[in-house]
Amino acid sequence: MFSYAPAPESRSVVSLASCYGLFIDGAFEPAKDGGTFPTVNPATEEVLAEVAAAGPEDVDRAVAAARRAFTTWSALPGAERAKYLFRIARIIQERSRELAVLESLDNGKPIRESRDVDLPLVAAHFFYYAGWADKLAYAGFGPDPRPVGVAGQVIPWNFPLLMLAWKVAPALATGNTVVLKPAETTPLSALFFADVCRQAELPAGVVNIVTGAGGTGAHLVRHPDVDKVAFTGSTDVGREIAAAVAGTGKRVTLELGGKAANIVFDDAPIDQAVEGVVNGIFFNQGHVCCAGSRLLLQESVAEDFLTALKRRMTTLRVGDPLDKNTDVGAINSAAQLARITELSEIGSAEGAERWSPDCPLPDRGFWFAPTIFTGVTQAHRIAREEIFGPVLSVLTFRTPAEAVEKANNTPYGLSAGIWSEKGSRILAVAGRLRAGVIWANTFNKFDPASPFGGYKESGYGREGGRHGLEAYLA
Amino acid sequence: MPKSSTRLTVRKTYKLFIGGKFPRSESGRTFVVNGDNVALASRKDARDAVVAARAAFGGWSGTTAYNRGQVLYRIAEMLQARRAEFKALKVPGDELDAAVDRWVWYAGWSDKIAQVAGGANPVAGPFLNVSTPEPTGVVAVIAPTSLLGLVSVIAPAIVTGNTTVVLAPEPQTAITLAEVLATSDVPGGVVNILTGRYPETAPWLATHADVNALDLTGAEPGELAAELERDAAGTLKRVIRPPAGSSGFDADPGLRPMTALLETKTVWHPKGY
Repeated sequence: MFSYAPAPESRSVVSLASCYGLFIDGAFEPAKDGGTFPTVNPATEEVLAEVAAAGPEDVDRAVAAARRAFTTWSALPGAERAKYLFRIARIIQERSRELAVLESLDNGKPIRESRDVDLPLVAAHFFYYAGWADKLAYAGFGPDPRPVGVAGQVIPWNFPLLMLAWKVAPALATGNTVVLKPAETTPLSALFFADVCRQAELPAGVVNIVTGAGGTGAHLVRHPDVDKVAFTGSTDVGREIAAAVAGTGKRVTLELGGKAANIVFDDAPIDQAVEGVVNGIFFNQGHVCCAGSRLLLQESVAEDFLTALKRRMTTLRVGDPLDKNTDVGAINSAAQLARITELSEIGSAEGAERWSPDCPLPDRGFWFAPTIFTGVTQAHRIAREEIFGPVLSVLTFRTPAEAVEKANNTPYGLSAGIWSEKGSRILAVAGRLRAGVIWANTFNKFDPASPFGGYKESGYGREGGRHGLEAYLA
Repeated sequence: MPKSSTRLTVRKTYKLFIGGKFPRSESGRTFVVNGDNVALASRKDARDAVVAARAAFGGWSGTTAYNRGQVLYRIAEMLQARRAEFKALKVPGDELDAAVDRWVWYAGWSDKIAQVAGGANPVAGPFLNVSTPEPTGVVAVIAPTSLLGLVSVIAPAIVTGNTTVVLAPEPQTAITLAEVLATSDVPGGVVNILTGRYPETAPWLATHADVNALDLTGAEPGELAAELERDAAGTLKRVIRPPAGSSGFDADPGLRPMTALLETKTVWHPKGY
């Protein structure tokens, strides 16, 4: 491997305060009981800032503010709502370097990804839905679609600002107001987004941000004055939310876990497929709900493919997220690192063979080397459970029918990948996979125009595209 | 042969409809409805019906949309032909007409819904990106009592390629409809009909891990419906809630009864020489 000189992105582009409040009704304020929690840089364990921990009364105030704002916001002509969203999109573009560095600091993801993937998609998402705001009657949901009301939105830590965009942009375009709870370990970019709203002169109360842990989110989704719940996160929490809203008449969409199969057929272009498999599981440290965490290799090419994959993995650079050459950054939290470590140990204990490239890890912070398991069977926990880390389980198959059978043998159904040079085979397999997003000869591609969401226990509803409007229209 | 003035009518036995056959309840139970002994479905019947529905799903969802439309139109023909029988069950003539017409309406949707609910997405990159609606899977339905209500929950589920387990509170109408289905080239297991008391059987379907969606259209809004929705959350089933207020089934159903039971699959494929 070439040794590269350090190429650090400057963090001086971000100016962090020591303490952040909740964003309610257009103003920052501390939690009523004064509670705070620290948010740390997972690459260094340095505390970045203290953040207000919203209690029930704070959530109540945020929901009340959103309710008041709903009257005027929903009555605004769509063309005017659109212009606010266009403004937000432009401000995000203007501040994208700052926001990318911030995201890498708080989340641990490589700056190359926050700069080249997250932030461009965030801005694109606001642009896309801005354009819908005055065209809703043409979206195919009836001639006079109406907003639902106040949306309570809870998002995960893996793509903090992008998940915010997926939630906030369609909600606002359709005339709803929102109370959003970012993840406990990555609250900062949402609070910076509040400042973007201020710069855009978005009316007070249209967007409210309440930071906190699981209890804050639980109170928000159960709040009787929330009309619509949108959640992205684990399948277990998704089940709890679905049960909590049962009988209330609240609308719900859930984007939950996955255990995607990435299927490589014997006619696939090997080098291209290796790149796709690496991107599928090591992109964002594998903290991706649609990650290609189960590699299904056709038996006849399995050995050659694994040799090429291992060679490629030795060139992955793991380390400082702010270094522009870094491929794999820090694991987001100690708790997540513990889960990845535990499941990997179970993988070995259950008899799978573990391999990682020889890769030095920093002394401080949360790190996990890119890892593959071979000799994995469908019964192994590492083939069934979502690890949400840079860990790939490799299985083999002989026929397309067996590949489809194994790919679908999971309660999840979020995504899948197919690698083959044969178009008819790709389309036939894509048609049989029970998953919401299928990537053929590519992986982990996202676009605001492209609907995203799962089958089965990966949740329900779609985000993105025309389909993404439905959840926010009555 | 001398014509007897005392000839007895041959009565119909009302049984369940599972996997294209008309079995009695495995429990051996019956209950009396309008003087007839009707099969009272049990938990085991419900589970057998799910097995039949799952077994039928691959074939039915894999058949062409054109063919599914043909089958639904055939159902309309058979229902039309059996008007007298439904009239004898006191189904009003207007409702019968509306039920026939609803099958015809949904028959036409079979090869159009994908064009209305799906399409090509203009992504910012060299990819063909296409979204297509696909059936959710096995749908458990708590059906309304009326014939039109029954048709209005079964037709959108099956025209989109799903298979169903229907809990029917009005047994004679439902089983007579099953006889229509059984003579309409609907493959066995696509529609399974259980007669009996839904508060007894529905919880088994709401928690069943091989059921993908739960349609509560025929359930009373209230605590039982909420409990069933909570049960369904355990396996993240798609849930169609009981309608608020008594809307009836005369209005244009719109797309929602179909789209609620469809998943959107989006396929990305690179473009390049």
